[in-house]
Amino acid sequence: MIPLSWYLIAAAALFCIGLFGVLSRKNAVSILMSIELMLNAVNINLVAFWHYHSQIQGVSQVAPQVFVAMVFIIAAAEVAVGLALIISAYKRRETSVVDEMTLLKG
Amino acid sequence: MTSETLVWLIPLPPLLAFFLIVVFTNRNKALSHWLALIAAGLSWAISMVIFGRAVRTEGLAEHPIAQAIPWLPTGTTSLNIGIQIDPLSAVTLFFVAITVLMIFIYSTGYHNYGQPAGQHDHKGLPPEGAEVEDAKGKLVKVPSIEPMYSRFFALISLFAFAMFLLVVTDNLLTLYVGWEIMGLCSYLLIGFWYAKESARKAMIKAFLTTRVGDVFMLLGLAALYTLTGTLNYQEILGNPDVLGQLAGALSPVLGLSWAALIGILIFIGTVGKSAQFPLHIWLPDAMEGPTPVSAMIHAATMVSAGVYLAIRFFPLLSVGWEPGAALTTPMMVMGVIGSFTALFAATIAVAQNDVKRVLAFSTISQLGYMIAALGVGAYAAAAFHLVTHAFFKALLFLGSGSIIHGMEHGIFHTHEHVDPQNMLNMGGLRKKMPITFWTFLIGGLALSGFPLITAGFWSKDEILSGAFKGGQMGVFITLALAALLTAFYTARQITLTFLGKPRSKAAEHAHESKWTMTAPLAILSVFAIGAGWAGIPEDFPGLGGLLPNWFEEFVGSMLHFEHAEAVHSLVPLITSLVVALGGLALGWVVYRGLQRPVDPLEKSLGGLHTVLKNKYYIDEFYQAAFIRPANWVANVFTYKILDQTVIDGILHGIARFGVWLGKGLRNVIDLPVVNGAGDNAARGTRGVGMYLRSQQSGRIQQYMVIAISLLVLAGLVIYFTVGMS
Repeated sequence: MIPLSWYLIAAAALFCIGLFGVLSRKNAVSILMSIELMLNAVNINLVAFWHYHSQIQGVSQVAPQVFVAMVFIIAAAEVAVGLALIISAYKRRETSVVDEMTLLKG
Repeated sequence: MTSETLVWLIPLPPLLAFFLIVVFTNRNKALSHWLALIAAGLSWAISMVIFGRAVRTEGLAEHPIAQAIPWLPTGTTSLNIGIQIDPLSAVTLFFVAITVLMIFIYSTGYHNYGQPAGQHDHKGLPPEGAEVEDAKGKLVKVPSIEPMYSRFFALISLFAFAMFLLVVTDNLLTLYVGWEIMGLCSYLLIGFWYAKESARKAMIKAFLTTRVGDVFMLLGLAALYTLTGTLNYQEILGNPDVLGQLAGALSPVLGLSWAALIGILIFIGTVGKSAQFPLHIWLPDAMEGPTPVSAMIHAATMVSAGVYLAIRFFPLLSVGWEPGAALTTPMMVMGVIGSFTALFAATIAVAQNDVKRVLAFSTISQLGYMIAALGVGAYAAAAFHLVTHAFFKALLFLGSGSIIHGMEHGIFHTHEHVDPQNMLNMGGLRKKMPITFWTFLIGGLALSGFPLITAGFWSKDEILSGAFKGGQMGVFITLALAALLTAFYTARQITLTFLGKPRSKAAEHAHESKWTMTAPLAILSVFAIGAGWAGIPEDFPGLGGLLPNWFEEFVGSMLHFEHAEAVHSLVPLITSLVVALGGLALGWVVYRGLQRPVDPLEKSLGGLHTVLKNKYYIDEFYQAAFIRPANWVANVFTYKILDQTVIDGILHGIARFGVWLGKGLRNVIDLPVVNGAGDNAARGTRGVGMYLRSQQSGRIQQYMVIAISLLVLAGLVIYFTVGMS
């Protein structure tokens, strides 16, 4: 059986890729996608922990899966809102590059 | 009503009139003068009732009509306010009430009541006349009503109140109150036409000169109150014990007794008020006021108050003296000053050309007569001359006002520019102004002591015989010379004014004044003659004894010693006849044929005339001796040295030290510490803000880098610190 740490390492790697994408991508859509990666890295963690926890206890609980489902739902909602914002910003400013959206510059 | 109640009421109507005019009726000229006239009439009526009752009272001197109520409590005792009518105040009340009423009536005419207001008249200047159309439609100039008519009546009402108060009071404190109110009224009325600079100067001069006397008088009052504990007449003057103690106690000044010192101090008050040498200088200048004021204040009443005080205090001034004995020090002072003033002022009057100024100097001279009479102990004679003089001098002044009005009428008519008061411009007014002429003649003859028919003769004769009988030959000769000069300048005045030919066109067109002015003249001239009959001496050849010498008996009862009529001599009588008739004749002869307005004495007397005309340069002397040094002290010493250098120097020094200290504190504490803290706090905040601002790039990824770096850092810190333990 694959040890838990492998899942966690994979999830951490995925998270770091996502984080790198968030910090380095110029396009807002790419950043949004990177956020999805980070969220899914967390989901992998959750599912991995659930699985190993069930194995040790011998019972399968449904609550963690609900938790993961919640993350999916919220991520979907977030994407919907995020994309709408990006489209709206693009319409106004003719760009989707975040570095050019510096309205809050001091 | 009882006599006491009535006496209380005498001074009140004029006071009430004063307040009513000032507060309510100031705008309404007719109402104002009616208020004043009714008030004066009421006071006059009550005074006459009181005078009548006083005359009929037996032993009035010992038991005067008197009443007093406590006024100012002073610890266990109190200063009283009270009334007292004894023979002296009764006769004073008599002449004061009549002259006041006459002058009030005269004032309505003098200030042109009933005339239109002048187009160019200003408040504070004499009315210049109004232009109106006559029946033919031609513009003519007529006299115009005084712009400050109501104010005049308010002020003379206040004056009348003060005079009545002074006469009816029973103590020196209330007398002093009345005395000072009169001083104030005199000041205000001399400066009634305040827009004239000469009037302003005269009012200040009068006020300050009399103040000199008043200060000494106040010292006398204070000494008297300290020594006796009372200011009541009867308690001091009617009490031989008190007088004896005062005469026996030695004062710290010049070895005088207290009685002599207080007497002299009070007499200096008289010198100021009655314009005796050397404080006489204010009276001639006081002629700047309207003529009724000159008549009332500066001839008939206020200046009489000084003599009244001296007569009132004669028992104190003469304590220890009896007829025939050596004079006391105050009496000697009075004799010398009085007789000197009488002669001195008479010589000046000879060289004056202003009709009112002649009368002013004559007033000084006549007041000197009264003072001299007191100095030689002729007590009743002094009081007698006070009464007769008040009548004929009021008459003369009112007459001179009428003359001036007549001349002004002529000036309006001819548009000639002459001084309406200069006698050299007059002449021949006898036919133009008959009533004024006859009354003025009566007054003038009374003043010069025309024998037998005029009041002035009887009173003056009594003073001369008093001096002669008292053995004071120096006083006698001086007064006789003064009487000669008096007769001379009176004849000069009458001749220049009324007789001969007019010396100006204005005099040709002079016009008699209206009845409100001439009626008082007529009434006063009755008294100028008749008042003398009350005091014909018993030993007068021929006439003596036909009428009882009522006056001397009545007023003389005020003194406690018997009158010793020792010497019978015709010398004083002959002297007064000679000087009166001789002076009159001389004056008439010198001035009767005068054609041009030049005084013939100017040539014959030469330099002396200039000296006399300039009043012996006493004004100039005072100017140099007192006023200029006082100005110098005020300007150079007090202002420049004391004020500007010393006091201002100290103040400026303190200020400069304060500035220096402030600057120092500012540099040491305020700027570095207080300001520094505040400024640097602000600057620091601003710097931090500026720095943080540069971090606020608006780039979301940068924020995230920072946030995550900090998160990682915090994680590391927590891991290595919390995790380790």
